Amino acid sequence: MKVRKSLYAATALALVAGGGAVAEELTIATVNNSDMIIMQKLSPQWEEATGNTLNWVVLEENVLRQRVTTDIATKGGSFDIITIGAYEAPIWGAQDWLVSLDDLGDDYDYEDIYEPVRNGLSANGSLYAVPFYAESSFTFYRTDVFEAAGVEAPTEQITYDEFAEIVAKVHDPDNGVFGTCQRGKAGWGENMAFVGPMVNAFGGRWFDMDWNPQLTSDEWKNAINYYVDLMNNYGPPGASSNGHNENRALFADGKCATWVDATSAAGYIFNPNESSVADKTDFFQAPKQVTDKGTGWFWAWALAIPASSGKVDAAKDFLAWATSKEYVELVGESEGWVAAPPGTRASTYANEKYLSAAPFAETVENSILAANPADPTKDPVPYTGVQFVAIPEFQGIGNYVGQQIAAALAGQQTVDQALENSQTFAVREMTKAGYIK
Amino acid sequence: MARAVSTQRKTITTAVAWLLGLMMFFPILWIAILSLKTEGDAIRAPIEVLSSVWTFESFGAVQQRSDYLKHFTNSVVISFGSTFLGLLIAIPAAWAMAFVPGKRTKDVLMWMLSTKMLPPVGVLVPIYLIFRDAELLDTRVGLVFVLMMINLPIIIWMLYTYFREIPGEILEAARMDGASLREEVFFVLMPMAIPGMASTVLLNVILAWNEAFWTLNLTAADAAPLTAFIASYSSPEGLFYAKLSAASIMAIAPILIMGWFSQKQLVRGLTFGAVK
Amino acid sequence: MATQHSRAAARMMISPAVLLLLCWMLIPLGLTIYFSFLRFNLIMPSGNEMVIGVFGHGLRVPGPEDFSGWENFYWFITDPSFQAAIINTLVLVGGVLLITVIGGILFALLLDQPMWGQGIVRILVIAPFFVMPTVSGLVWKNMFMNPVNGIFAHLAIGLGMEPFDFFSQAPLASIIWIVSWQWLPFATLILLTALQSLDQEQLEAAEMDGANWINRFFFVMLPHLARAITVVILIQTIFLLSIFAEILVTTNGGPGTATTNLTYLIYVSSLLQFDVGMGSAGGVIAIILANIVAIFLMRMIGKNLDA
Repeated sequence: MKVRKSLYAATALALVAGGGAVAEELTIATVNNSDMIIMQKLSPQWEEATGNTLNWVVLEENVLRQRVTTDIATKGGSFDIITIGAYEAPIWGAQDWLVSLDDLGDDYDYEDIYEPVRNGLSANGSLYAVPFYAESSFTFYRTDVFEAAGVEAPTEQITYDEFAEIVAKVHDPDNGVFGTCQRGKAGWGENMAFVGPMVNAFGGRWFDMDWNPQLTSDEWKNAINYYVDLMNNYGPPGASSNGHNENRALFADGKCATWVDATSAAGYIFNPNESSVADKTDFFQAPKQVTDKGTGWFWAWALAIPASSGKVDAAKDFLAWATSKEYVELVGESEGWVAAPPGTRASTYANEKYLSAAPFAETVENSILAANPADPTKDPVPYTGVQFVAIPEFQGIGNYVGQQIAAALAGQQTVDQALENSQTFAVREMTKAGYIK
Repeated sequence: MARAVSTQRKTITTAVAWLLGLMMFFPILWIAILSLKTEGDAIRAPIEVLSSVWTFESFGAVQQRSDYLKHFTNSVVISFGSTFLGLLIAIPAAWAMAFVPGKRTKDVLMWMLSTKMLPPVGVLVPIYLIFRDAELLDTRVGLVFVLMMINLPIIIWMLYTYFREIPGEILEAARMDGASLREEVFFVLMPMAIPGMASTVLLNVILAWNEAFWTLNLTAADAAPLTAFIASYSSPEGLFYAKLSAASIMAIAPILIMGWFSQKQLVRGLTFGAVK
Repeated sequence: MATQHSRAAARMMISPAVLLLLCWMLIPLGLTIYFSFLRFNLIMPSGNEMVIGVFGHGLRVPGPEDFSGWENFYWFITDPSFQAAIINTLVLVGGVLLITVIGGILFALLLDQPMWGQGIVRILVIAPFFVMPTVSGLVWKNMFMNPVNGIFAHLAIGLGMEPFDFFSQAPLASIIWIVSWQWLPFATLILLTALQSLDQEQLEAAEMDGANWINRFFFVMLPHLARAITVVILIQTIFLLSIFAEILVTTNGGPGTATTNLTYLIYVSSLLQFDVGMGSAGGVIAIILANIVAIFLMRMIGKNLDA
């Protein structure tokens, strides 16, 4: 056993350009999403091949974000590999908090990664995080419920008004099926991820070209009123505490007729082991309204190495393994192709096995390629990002606005009040940070 | 001298007490039941839950994902370590305050308690910087120290109240017999204070075991106790009631069992000087 | 009676504890006060650093170049959530104290009666105290109060009613409920111990004098329990002022600011917006407020706890 281990270590040494011979112990922080849990399950293969070991810190998304940010900002050095999103990667990369990942070895196929995904994770022309999976948003719907209600599923992008009409027809709470499930739980990565693209569709924007918040504009009012009415009339009870995971469970349990959410959830919804509606679900584009710009979001979960890590070479080796074409293959063969990490590599979408196991593949690919964070709104904006604004202050503002909208959804205040409060807060924060003189 | 109580009254008291007791306990019982169900069954209506199949699969799934033994060992080391270290520092202090009281004793005691009012979330960044530069991040030693400091005021206060109940004359007598200060503390005082010390230890082990802010924020992989273990099951994708229940049961069972076995000691000593 | 010698010995014995607590209080508190006067945002570092020689290689903290005066205090106090946070903190502490003290007295009276299986009942009642706050928050939120899959929702549907949506209709009350469940056993234990120390003869004498049950309770038992009640209030207040985990895992302070207490607001500033300067200002304010409460409590305790 020992001999075999050292043999592997020797091979690993030959593989890792400039890697040390010492087996390293890496600490990796990830979010408790199902794709990450599969990675944790498969990682012993990498450990055996290289002789390195991984210590896992698996946390819920918000806890992870807070924990990792504290550590990286104070250069605490607790983690060697971290899981971050498309929001953090460019900001942290620009701060020099992350190790540049332009040299993952000759075998690593950068060109295969979709360009928008690569751009979204780069700063100053360098790649600072490698994508594990990427997603846009689209509408899941239940074919059996639509059929029973005599509703024809749209083939072109519909408007939110048309969407509301459909939802009204398929709403059937007496049989335990709600017309629509959407995110209501407060948070910039929760309800605001749905609300943001919807506001874009209604023609709204977060800031004008001088960074003045636009939250009390008619576009925002129309969008939020629409959202609150829709959810109150046709949503499940307790919508203001449902986030992505809660809705995913509801939909998989057959309690929702429609759901606009991450394309990456498709692998779960279409997996008969996880979902009771795997053979009764189909999808169409996320709706538009006055514009079709910025109506589908863009997000990626990616792996990165903090500059404070002392084990960069071994960490790079793991990143190259976990985001490679071969890894996608490995997941496909061992977990079933429907569960393969989506949205990052052209090779995945050229693979016949994936295409036949994942009926949603082409739509997902189109949505991701269509998402354009650099031009997300009807009117011009000074920022990039579809459902978020890529500035450090956005987390605070997004969370606060999310709370206000959740309170409006829960009926604790009116929509106008919520937007009024949000505007005051946003102006305050932007003034404090020096954007507004 | 027990008063005569009619059987009828005793029956009613028993019934009411059992009903309320079961209601208090019910949430724990319910997660114990859900932890033995499949994910699909765990979200059904109560009757359907009870009649569905029983399985250990959730425990298996949890164990496969997280190294329970490591987290458990960390929890034990951190909670007992911090309590015993605290005891070591608190015993002399409480002895001095109880037997050589000064004008300021009560103020000192209250000041000590007031250090517990520092909101942890407000001082995380300073402590994080200190831990980083002292190289204590993600170490058990660091956590033992922090939890010891957090619970020290409570330990001192509890011990102080027990020591005060010990009549001074006994110590006087020991001193007359030529006992040194150390002998006085260890051979006279300690044996008399054992019940109080037992409940002090128990209460502080419980508090340290359940502390969820520092233990989560100052650890990564090596020193993470069960509170961090739970954080990875809090809101995952898909159905999670059964796995969350199993993880919860694994996190609380050790302390619950310890508490049950020692509840007599805990109850006897938990007075904080409230009983004269 | 105490000699000079024993006084010196006593001072020596108490000094490790005092010194440690002093360091524990002064170093973080000092840094917090220092940070509260800086423009210090974790995710927008200014690059200014200074080194304090505390440990072998010194402690690196942001330098004084980023001095911002009272700005952080201004921003924290004018935070639209600040007022709500103060009120929520008081309601939360007050609500839980009320439930646990009254509930605790009732439980203690009940458990003091003769009955079959007293030991087991006592075990059942104290069990919630052993459950970690994160777990109890998660369990109540998901398995009980969830309006679709929770047990209350199933019961409501079984009875033909609309499921009640706890965390959006009555968020703060739901949190108070969860926290009370955890602390009720603690109050019960202390009050029960106190009740059991009550002299039976005193009670019987009162009974002989013709005092009915209510009079016996108010004139004999309650005065006897006064000390225990103050202890329960003191200890619980210390813990309840910094309730955090239960809010984090259930409502995240919402909807709106309905369940944001002072601790949670500081968390939002310093660890969600990473504005450590403003969070520290909030911390300083929280410490001042907590000490006001402490002085108030000390007055109260002072009367009841003097030997």
